[in-house]
Amino acid sequence: MNLRRDVFQAIADPTRRAILLLVASQSMTAGAIASNFDTARPTVSKHLQILTECELLEQKQNGREIYYHLNAKNMKEVADFIEPFRKMWDDRFNKLESIMKKYKKK
Amino acid sequence: MERKTKIHAEDGKQELVITREFDLPLELLFKAYDEPELVAQWMGTNVLKLENKKHGSYHFETTDPMGNKHHFSGTIHAFVPNQKITRTFEMENTPFPAQLEFLEFEKLTDDTSKLTMQIVYKSIEYRDQMLQLPFAQGINMAHNRIQEITSKLK
Repeated sequence: MNLRRDVFQAIADPTRRAILLLVASQSMTAGAIASNFDTARPTVSKHLQILTECELLEQKQNGREIYYHLNAKNMKEVADFIEPFRKMWDDRFNKLESIMKKYKKK
Repeated sequence: MERKTKIHAEDGKQELVITREFDLPLELLFKAYDEPELVAQWMGTNVLKLENKKHGSYHFETTDPMGNKHHFSGTIHAFVPNQKITRTFEMENTPFPAQLEFLEFEKLTDDTSKLTMQIVYKSIEYRDQMLQLPFAQGINMAHNRIQEITSKLK
């Protein structure tokens, strides 16, 4: 229960969400991730640490570099991942519907 | 509340189907896809180009809350008013390959209509990645919902 709450706290932060979005498509080193943000590098490291502790990110050693990648399985367990996707379309279509209803009245 | 928008994503398939019923006559639903100003409004995007015809193409530019610009584009393969649109879709400057979209528009009653959108991805893995992409917005909403639920528990 606690872990679950922590995970949602972890993804409540916009920078951490942006980090998850970045590594969703490819694994990246801490340096590569940090280069996408204006924030100081130790701050980004702290975010990476929190995401790793929550097991949303996994570290993989590749030679001398440590790569971060998304623990998709865990993310799926934590939140039903199809739901945000569905919600995004639902919101879009709701908007379409309300815009076209007004359009009709013109 | 009934979920108006449904997603059907079968395990082990490289496609998904989005369906939605609208309280709109078919012609109005289709118009929302046809006119660039309307597309811009409901998609929340800048429409740089929209040639709704066979061999036509489109190009959208969306600005995220962080101020970054994202480009989406594709080619129109079929455009039959009030019936169907077949097109490709690509998120530019991302590792995601283009996807193929089949949109079918149906009349239900004089005032209601239905959209069926079949999206075919390059592989099962890409489809699952698209579904799992933690859309900033989506996560925010999931988080808000959890907060709502947990605040009621207090």
